[in-house]
Amino acid sequence: MKLRLPTILRIGILALLIVFLLRPDWFEPIFRPLTQNNAPVIYNQGSLLTLTLLHLRTVAIATAGATIVAVALAILVTRPFGAEFLPLSRSLVNIGQTFPPVAVLALAVPAVGFGEKPTLIALFLYGLLPIFENSLTGLTTLPPTVTDAARGVGMTGWQRLVKVELPLAMPIILAGIRLSVTINLATATIGSTVAAKTLGEVIIAGLQSNNLSFVLQGGLIVGVLAVMIYDGLSAMERFISRRMGLLQQS
Amino acid sequence: MIEIENITKRYGAVTVVNDVSLVVQPRTITVIVGTSGSGKTTLMRMINRLVEPTAGVIKLDGEDNRTLPGYELRRRIGYAIQGHGLFPHRTVAQNIAVVPELLGWDKAKIDARVRELLALFQLDPETFGPRYPHELSGGQQQRIGVARALAAEPNVLLMDEPFGALDPVIRSKAQEDLLAIQKRFGTTIILVTHDMEEAIHLGHKIAVMDGGNLLQYATPAEILANPATDFVATLVGTGDRPFRFLSLSPAGDAVEPGTAEGEAIPASATQRDALAELLWSGRPALPVVNEAGKAIGRVTVDGLVKRASRPAA
Repeated sequence: MKLRLPTILRIGILALLIVFLLRPDWFEPIFRPLTQNNAPVIYNQGSLLTLTLLHLRTVAIATAGATIVAVALAILVTRPFGAEFLPLSRSLVNIGQTFPPVAVLALAVPAVGFGEKPTLIALFLYGLLPIFENSLTGLTTLPPTVTDAARGVGMTGWQRLVKVELPLAMPIILAGIRLSVTINLATATIGSTVAAKTLGEVIIAGLQSNNLSFVLQGGLIVGVLAVMIYDGLSAMERFISRRMGLLQQS
Repeated sequence: MIEIENITKRYGAVTVVNDVSLVVQPRTITVIVGTSGSGKTTLMRMINRLVEPTAGVIKLDGEDNRTLPGYELRRRIGYAIQGHGLFPHRTVAQNIAVVPELLGWDKAKIDARVRELLALFQLDPETFGPRYPHELSGGQQQRIGVARALAAEPNVLLMDEPFGALDPVIRSKAQEDLLAIQKRFGTTIILVTHDMEEAIHLGHKIAVMDGGNLLQYATPAEILANPATDFVATLVGTGDRPFRFLSLSPAGDAVEPGTAEGEAIPASATQRDALAELLWSGRPALPVVNEAGKAIGRVTVDGLVKRASRPAA
């Protein structure tokens, strides 16, 4: 593979992010103009690296849970026996999306206490819809000749699902996961309002002490993470689609 | 042998297939012809139980096709459809191997079978085996579709408009391939088409369907000579009838003693080809040669015209 400008750019940004997380004090001169009254320039109430990893862990757990539930639900309601649950599951998942994450946090704290748990619940509910909708689309828009052939060659329902339907729907399901991850990366920051260890801590600390440098650091890390993960998952989708001839080879 | 006994399929109040009975002899090609909505595809799909009949029985070699679970039945019956239905995420070799894998053949046997079939369809196993379906031409995809249907050596092969998406040149090649394969394996083939020309060319017997009813089930010659209803006659096409009739028999059958000048025609060519050649070249007679290239007589315009007339009922 030839190294082209976009690839170089991606590697550069990733390297910059890693350096920043390991040695944030190297960047002090850049952020200096954003602070006033000799306030600390680089976030000093904990390790940025640890917070980033915890942030990613929260998002990963929530998205993994949302993926399992949403895909399982989509599979269920696209089987003949589950078809009547389609409207019900649709509205349930829609509710998850329309409920603001902040409200979920507020409701979840009395039930499960402060910390990571309410954040996981909010992110889980918020991440369901994109994955569910995309899985439904993927599983219901398969080429009819292919599904007919899968039955015609004598596959059982389970074999059709595992060998044909899921692999063919995979790029669309992945797109749903990608959307969900990106939304949740940003939304996870509000988890710090209920004492979850996320990058939101940095932003909140900045807001409380009127320190623009902190806010920018937290925001930048989340932003760069979101862009890179979005990009990586897109590349994966393209790779799978191309393999299956769903996209023309460029 | 496939015995279809009083098969009916209703969707709600709509009767799609109405009390159809017919017997398909082993090692023959039966073509089901009809317009769209005639129930021809539904009738065929009830044989491998992709559609369950409302009433009636279908027996394969004397055994009710409901004795096995549907998926096991379908593994024993080849199935090829229009637009090939290949799995886009599997390579050509993996596509052909689908049914043997479902049947649990061992890997060496599957590999050997895949290579054999690719070679049979004039596709190099090394080149085409690892390719994906979208990297093939339409004709190649169609051949892989048939190869997949034949992979587990089924006795019965169902084909739903298998050549519908092909251009005329590739289609006639695919038809010749099918005839050769049927001869070689002795597979019982049931083929659905809307093209009467194709039905006459391929079928040992033709079943004509309209509005869910079986109008006529007979040999091509019988259908051409004595169409059971006006609809069958329309489908046959009155204008082309004599020529289609001639196309059923080889020129060798029309040979008369004597000699003729000019380029010869092989005895295996159809009588229609012979007549066309006579008319086009403006000659009254053509020499006929056998497979060895030896002259065995001649065909004449007069002789062929007589054969093209309606046989006495």
